Amino acid sequence: MEITPSLLALQLVTGIALGAVYALLAIGLSLIFGMLTVVNFAHGAFFMVGAFIGLYFMGLTGNFWFSLVLTPLVVGVLGLVTERFLVRPLYGRGIDYPLLLTFGLSWVLIEAMRVMFGIEGIPSSTPPELRGAVDLGIGFFPKYRLFLIFATAVVVLALWLFLEKTRYGLIVRAGSRDGEICKVLGIDIARVWLVVFGIGTAIAGLSGVLAAPTRAVNPEMGIHVLAESFVVTVVGGMGSLPGAVLAGLLVGIVFSLTSLFAPDLAELSIFVLMAVVLLLRPQGFFGKAGLMS
Amino acid sequence: MRDAFEFVRRHRVAAVIAFLMVFPLLMPYHALAINILLFGLFAVGFNLLFGYTGLLSFGHAAFLGVGSYLTGIAMVHGGWPWWAAVVLGVVCAGVAGLVIGFLAIRTRGIYFSMVTLALGQIVYYAFYKAERWTGGENGLRGIQVPAVEIGSLRLDFLNPVTKYYVILAFVALALWFVSRVLASPFGAVIEAVRENDRRAAACGYDVARTKLLVFVLSALICGLAGALRALHLSIVPIDSLHYLLSGQAVMMCLLGGMGTFFGPFVGAGVFLTLEDVVTVFTKHWMAVVGGVFMFFVLFFPSGIWGTVIKRLERVR
Amino acid sequence: MSHTPANLRRRRIVMAGTAVAAAPALFNIARAQGAAIKIGFPVPLTGAFSAEAQDQVRAAELAVKEWNAAGGHKGQMAELLVRDDKLNPGEAATRTLELIEKDKVNFVVGSLSAATQLSINAVTKERKVLFNSISQSDTINEAKDWSLYTFHEALNPHLTAGAVGRYAFPKFGKKVVYLTADYAYGHEMVRGFQRAGAGLGVQTLADIRHPLGAADYSAFLPRIQALKPDILVLCNFGRDLVNSAKQATDFGLKQGTKIIAPVLLYTSRQAGGADAFEGILGGTSYYWGMEDKIPSAKKFNDAFRKAYGGAVPSDYGALGYAGIRSVLQAVKDADATDSTRVSIALRQLKYDWYKGPQSYRKCDHQSVQSVVIVESKSKNMKDKNDVFNVLAIEAADEKNLRTCEEMGHKVTT
Repeated sequence: MEITPSLLALQLVTGIALGAVYALLAIGLSLIFGMLTVVNFAHGAFFMVGAFIGLYFMGLTGNFWFSLVLTPLVVGVLGLVTERFLVRPLYGRGIDYPLLLTFGLSWVLIEAMRVMFGIEGIPSSTPPELRGAVDLGIGFFPKYRLFLIFATAVVVLALWLFLEKTRYGLIVRAGSRDGEICKVLGIDIARVWLVVFGIGTAIAGLSGVLAAPTRAVNPEMGIHVLAESFVVTVVGGMGSLPGAVLAGLLVGIVFSLTSLFAPDLAELSIFVLMAVVLLLRPQGFFGKAGLMS
Repeated sequence: MRDAFEFVRRHRVAAVIAFLMVFPLLMPYHALAINILLFGLFAVGFNLLFGYTGLLSFGHAAFLGVGSYLTGIAMVHGGWPWWAAVVLGVVCAGVAGLVIGFLAIRTRGIYFSMVTLALGQIVYYAFYKAERWTGGENGLRGIQVPAVEIGSLRLDFLNPVTKYYVILAFVALALWFVSRVLASPFGAVIEAVRENDRRAAACGYDVARTKLLVFVLSALICGLAGALRALHLSIVPIDSLHYLLSGQAVMMCLLGGMGTFFGPFVGAGVFLTLEDVVTVFTKHWMAVVGGVFMFFVLFFPSGIWGTVIKRLERVR
Repeated sequence: MSHTPANLRRRRIVMAGTAVAAAPALFNIARAQGAAIKIGFPVPLTGAFSAEAQDQVRAAELAVKEWNAAGGHKGQMAELLVRDDKLNPGEAATRTLELIEKDKVNFVVGSLSAATQLSINAVTKERKVLFNSISQSDTINEAKDWSLYTFHEALNPHLTAGAVGRYAFPKFGKKVVYLTADYAYGHEMVRGFQRAGAGLGVQTLADIRHPLGAADYSAFLPRIQALKPDILVLCNFGRDLVNSAKQATDFGLKQGTKIIAPVLLYTSRQAGGADAFEGILGGTSYYWGMEDKIPSAKKFNDAFRKAYGGAVPSDYGALGYAGIRSVLQAVKDADATDSTRVSIALRQLKYDWYKGPQSYRKCDHQSVQSVVIVESKSKNMKDKNDVFNVLAIEAADEKNLRTCEEMGHKVTT
C-alpha cells in the first residue's frame, strides 16, 4: 500500500472528527466526575437517549437545528431528575455506589427507549444543508464531519467561557476544589452539584444528536461508546476539562492512524494507549494524583 | 436464633456446602444451579480483592477467561485429561494475575480500575486474535468430558446431577481454602490494608506485596471458576474475557454484600435467578434487573447478605 | 404399538413399571400419550439482532400453528419453546441445556449468529439431539463441528458471497476492496467472493479488517478512497452493515465505486433507511417480493400477512419457518420423534416451503437452495415494505458449495 502525504493528512482529519465526538462525551463525564466524584455509567445511555430524542424532534419539526437546541435541554432535565432523586441520596458512601446505581439506570434507559421507539432502532439521515462530501485538496471529506469538529469547538469554548468568565462558573470551580469551604461561605453546594450533573448529561445528549446522522441509532449504541469515553477521560485525567479535550483528539488520531496501518488492531490501540499512559503517569495527563484512593 | 447464627458463623464453609448440597432441588434446572455455583465462586474470588482489600478491578474476566481457555486448549489441542487441564487453567490464571497485578497495584483508586480494565481488554484481544488456538469469535468448541473418573469411580458428566456435584466438590475445596486464608493472620493484614494502607505500612507490613498476593489468590479462584465453566458448557465463548463479565462480578458482589463470606454467592444466585426467571416472562428483563439493582443500591447498600447479618447482629 | 415413537414407548415401559408401585402414575401414562412434540427455539430476543429474532419467532409460530391445524402427527401436536439466548454463546449453551434437561425437548431449531449456533451445536451433538440451525456459518458444516444431528437450514457465507460475486464482478469491474468484520463469518465471506472471482480475473486491492460491532468506520474510508476500487464489498452483518454503508455514502464513495454486500437484510435496510442503502446490491436467502415468481413464496407470504396484520416476513423470519417445517415434516416421514430417526428422514427430505426446491446435502446436511440477488431502492416504492428490486435468483445447485472433501467429510453416503 502506498502512503501518500494527502492520505495521511486525510486520515488525520478523520481522526480529529472522530476525536471531536470522544472529546464531547468525555467533557460531560469529566465535569460530573471532577465536581461530584460520581463515575457516571449512564453517560452512554444519556448519549443514546439524546440520539433518539433528537431524531424524534427532527421528525416532528423537520428541523435539525431546532432539535439540536431542544434535545440537550430535555436530556439535561432528565439528568437533573437523576441527580436529585437517585444520585443525591448516595453522596458520602464512596464511589462504588453512584457507579453501580448509574449502571442500573443505564439498563432501565435502554429498555425505555426499546419500548418507546422499538428494538431495531430508527433510521437517521444527515440534515440536507450538510449532506455530501467536499474536496479538501487532500481528498473528499463529508461536510457533516467538518461540522462536528466545529460544533465541538463551539461547545468547548462556551463551557470554558461559562466556567472562567461567569460568577456561577467561579462557584463551580471553587466547589470542585473544596466543597466544604464553599458550604462555609454560604453557597448552596447541593444546587451547584445538581446544575453540574444537568450540564454534564445535557452535553451527553447533545453528543447523541450530533452523532446520530453519522451512525445507526439503536438502543444499544451507548454501550460501546461508554467504554471509549472512559478511556478518553482517564487518559486525560479524571476531572480535567483540557485533559478530556486533548485526550479525545489524541484517542481519535491514534485510532485513525492505527486503522490505516494495522486496521485489525484499531480497537485494541486505544486500550494499549490507556494502559501505557496510566503505567507511566498513573493520574493521566492532567489528573490529580491519588484521587479517591 | 442467636446460637444458630453463631454456629453458622463459626462453621461457615460447612454451612455453605450443606446449603449447596440441597441447592439444586430449589432451582428450576440444573444448568442454572451450576452457573450459580460457578459465578458464585467467580464472585468470591473477586470479593477477595474488592470486598476484603478494597481494590475495585474491572478486569477480572481475564482470569475467568484464561482459566477457561487454557483448560479448553489443553483438552482440545493437547488431548490432556480433564483434571490436568483444570490444574493448568488455574495455574495460568494465577500467572496472568501476577503480571496484571504487578502492573496494576502501582495505581490507586479509580485509576486502578481503569488499568485493570485496559489490561483485561488486551488479554481479550490476544485470545480473540489467536483464532487457531481459541476459535476467535466463534469460541472454542470440542471440549468433551463424557465421563469423569475419580479413582475407580466413573461419573457421567452428561448427567446434570452428577455434573453439579463434581463441580461442587471443587467449589467446596476452594471455599475452604478462602476461608482458611481469611481466618489466618494474613487475613487480618488484608483487612488492615483495606482500612488504611498507610497505617498498615507504618506498622511494618509490606502493603504492595500484600496487595499483589491477594491479587494472585483472587485470580486463582476466578481461574478455577473459569476452568470448571469450560467443563460445564463444553465450549469457551469469547465473552468469557469481556469486561462486561467483570462488571457482572461487581454487580453480584454488591448485590450480595461485599466483604462478607456468603455475600457473593447470594448475589450470584439472586442475579442469575432473577435474570433467568424474568427473561421467561418478559423481553424487557434489563429494565427489571436494572430497576432491582438500583433499588438495592439505594435502600440496601450492604447488599442482601450484608443486611441479613446486620439485622441478626442487632437482634443479638 | 408399532406407531408409537421409540422414546415414548420406552417412557411408557418405565412408567408402567412405576405404576405397579404407585397407582397415581397411571395418570402420567395417559398424559404421555398425548404429549406434544417439543421444539426448543433459542434466539437472541434481546441484543443487536433482536428485530430479526422476533421475526424468526413469528414465522416459527406460524409453522407450528399450520402443522397443528393440519392435524399434527397422528393427533400429536407440536409445541414451540422460545428462549432468549441474548446473543451470548454462554447463555445459548445454558438455555439449550435447560431445554434438553428440564423441558425435555425433542429437537432444537434456532440461533442467530455464528458463535451461538456453534455453542448450541456443541451441546446438542454431545447429547444426540437434532439441531437445525437457521443462521449463517461455514464452520458448522465442517467435519470438526458437524454431527449426524447437525442440520443447516440457512444459507452459508460461501454460497451467498459466491452468488453475489458471480453476479456483480462481470457487471461492475475487477478491482475490489473488502471491508470485513474481523471474525470467522467475515473471513468466510471474503473467501467466498475470492473463490467466485478467481476465474473472472478479479483482483483484491485490499482486505481491510474492522473490529466487530464498530460504530464508526470513517477511519477505514480514506484509504479505500485512495485505492479507487470498482467495487467495495462490505463483508459484515446487521448494524455493522448499516453503519459502514451509511458512512461510506457520506464519504462520497458511491461515486465511481459500486458497493455490494454479501448479505443484504430486509430488517437492516428498514433500520438503516433508504438514503444509506441507495443503490447497494447484495444477496439474501429470501425477499417477499419474489412472490410473483415463486408460488410457494406467495403462499407463505399470504399466510404470514394473514397471521400478522399485513406484515411481510423477513429473510431470517422465513428461515425460522422453514427450519421448523422441515423438522416437523421429517417427524411425519419417519413416523417417530426420536432425533436419530428424524435425522435420517430429514436427510431424505425434498421440500419447497417458501422459496423453491431445497434439500439437505447428504455429507454435511447443508440445505442446498437458491440465492436471491437484490438491490436497495429509494424511488418508486409502493409501500414501506417495498425496499428491494429482485435482480436475479441463482438456482439451487450443489456445485456452488464447497466439496464434501474440502469440508473434511471423508466419504459421501
